[in-house]
Amino acid sequence: MKTRLKEGQKVQGAEIICECLLREGIRAIFGYPGGANIPIYDALYKYPEIHHILVRHEQGAAHAAEGYAWATGRPGVCFATSGPGATNLVTGLADAMMDSIPMVCITGQVPSSLIGSDAFQEADVLGITLPVTKHNYLVTKTEDIAPVLIEAFHLSMTGRPGPVVVDIAKDAQANYATFHYTAVDPRHIERLKTKATKEEIESIVSLLNNAQKPLIVAGHGMLLSGDGKTLLTIAEKQDIPITLTQLALSTIPSSHSLFMGMPGMHGNVAANRAPLEADVLFAVGMRFHDRVTGKVSAYAPQAKIIHVDIDPSEIGKNIRPDVGVVGDVKVVLKQLLPKLKQKKNPSWLARFETWKSEEKVKVYDRELHAGHLKSAQVVDEISKQTHGRSTIVADVGQNQMYAARYSQFEVYNTHFTSGGLGTMGFALPAGFGAKVGDPTREVWIVIGDGGIQMTLQEMATIVQENVEVKIALLNNNYLGMVRQWQELFYKGNYSEVHLQNPNFQKLCEGFGIPSLKAETLTKARKAIEKARKTKGPFLVEFVVEAEENVFPMIPAGAGIGEMIVSKDDSKSS
Amino acid sequence: MTKELSNIIIWSENKPGVFFRILWLFRRKQFNIESATVGHSEIPGISRYTITVSASAEQVTNMVRQLGKLVNVMKAMEVPNEMLVYRELALMKVGIKNKRDKSDILRVIEHFRARVINMTKEALTIEITGDEEKVDALYENMKDFTIIEFVRTGRTALLK
Repeated sequence: MKTRLKEGQKVQGAEIICECLLREGIRAIFGYPGGANIPIYDALYKYPEIHHILVRHEQGAAHAAEGYAWATGRPGVCFATSGPGATNLVTGLADAMMDSIPMVCITGQVPSSLIGSDAFQEADVLGITLPVTKHNYLVTKTEDIAPVLIEAFHLSMTGRPGPVVVDIAKDAQANYATFHYTAVDPRHIERLKTKATKEEIESIVSLLNNAQKPLIVAGHGMLLSGDGKTLLTIAEKQDIPITLTQLALSTIPSSHSLFMGMPGMHGNVAANRAPLEADVLFAVGMRFHDRVTGKVSAYAPQAKIIHVDIDPSEIGKNIRPDVGVVGDVKVVLKQLLPKLKQKKNPSWLARFETWKSEEKVKVYDRELHAGHLKSAQVVDEISKQTHGRSTIVADVGQNQMYAARYSQFEVYNTHFTSGGLGTMGFALPAGFGAKVGDPTREVWIVIGDGGIQMTLQEMATIVQENVEVKIALLNNNYLGMVRQWQELFYKGNYSEVHLQNPNFQKLCEGFGIPSLKAETLTKARKAIEKARKTKGPFLVEFVVEAEENVFPMIPAGAGIGEMIVSKDDSKSS
Repeated sequence: MTKELSNIIIWSENKPGVFFRILWLFRRKQFNIESATVGHSEIPGISRYTITVSASAEQVTNMVRQLGKLVNVMKAMEVPNEMLVYRELALMKVGIKNKRDKSDILRVIEHFRARVINMTKEALTIEITGDEEKVDALYENMKDFTIIEFVRTGRTALLK
């Protein structure tokens, strides 16, 4: 552990903040200075090990910190000033809360004597961020800074991870206190249940060992827990097909024969049909989100459900399991593995091949062999050229679904997106945050023309830091996902979905990011090659079909059995 | 007045803002709180809450799990009525119009084992403890007189 301060040294609060970050192993911070956090920025001068990235809007800082956390497995850290600085973080905090991303945001607060007086740039940050954080603190005394930050980092990472806000009054930053680095309160460790009991393991084992048509639905908890291998070993031991929720994609290689795709609203045919026939559904580190289950009463009607999750409040929240186990999925799967008997299940696996070929004919072949440029082709091409080894950071909407459906993920933990909250504009800052966190990755940001304009200012940050991200802008001049719903469910009334866009090529020129525009597949191929060869950031604008739809689709509120596989289905129904 | 109530008992750190976090969670999950009492417990620094809600068993179970996740909450549990002794306290100010009123009121009070804690020429202030039904019953009987003010604490409970 790197340190600068000695135990018992008398220093300013701001320096204690930097020292805590250093000791937590934080090497990059995303932030924006202002009146109420100037002391922290002053202290940062003494800490050259901590690289500060000056974003252009605090929302960008929050998403970049999410990307950083996702890529490194360490908490992402943001700095923001009081009032508007802190309120601008809120969307990013809500996003991190929904997707369980560890994050610590340190906001400046007006001096403690002025709190509650409606002082300049004062906002009730504790009150505003309470619903969107795992926990939050208001610190008004310098001596409280170190213990609070130590606890904040601990909480952000343990159990179900999440964002923590530490709001520190300006006088607490500026005043002096004796530095003590303390251990975290053991209560926070003791309260976590990570292991399954013997009885719980026996119940799971007996269901899995006797299952005829077992199915694994693994969620983001698998990646957060950090163990795709044990999951795969278990699946291989019993021939259990694996489906991965959107946030769990890349937990196992896409090319693996037991990988049956992504379930949900725009998921794969096999992944949505299988729960209807499965007799045992093994849900690990997932939360039966409405986008995954569709109408709950029509989900997995015949299956005995095993649900393992670290968060006790998820067990039984959306679906009542037959066996519900609170625990860390990595630990529980390791407990489980030696008890499972070896099994083969060719007839059940053959069923998936039928579903897969249906999707190939009805969806993949049409999308990938269209006469004009389609989003699916763009994503497919990026995936092919990078051999499925790049990191895909997807935004929200149709582009997100194409990124999830048409990318091959051969490397563990290489797909990031805003899943729970669905925050448009997420991918641009999250993408560069991921690259900053792990420069060895080849990062491709997949984003639409709507989303990119929500956090466009971060292009300047990317240039200032020379972050080597490649941006695939899928431009259809529409808010595509809403347009798709309007086409299918609102009689084609395209209400407020057309975007009159700026000239993205000139915008890139203005920001100083090299770019290309591609209207055909051939040009797209060359543009991706060029982007990969160019050092530094690069943007390719793909002019894709304006009115393309993502299929399959389960209409909102419908059961998974009502999946519309292709446009022909939607017309006939 | 009285609904089928579930009892949630919570122990938390006695720190600023903790009650707000707890109440916020009830609001977030769309519960209506029927009553809430809070005060110091037998452990220094630890507050104890008795909160009653009217909700389905599943909702209450999930609520208790959600409460257990709050960092400042040490423990949260749902306890059925049979496992509790519980009381609430109510205070009532009743106007006295004439002498007859006064003796009638005192007779009712005696029946409910309530107590007079303040007496003026115009009014009696009455204290009663008991379960919700007893308090409700006293209230119903007092309707014949002039109820000037009425306040009740809501349920507070100990495990049997």
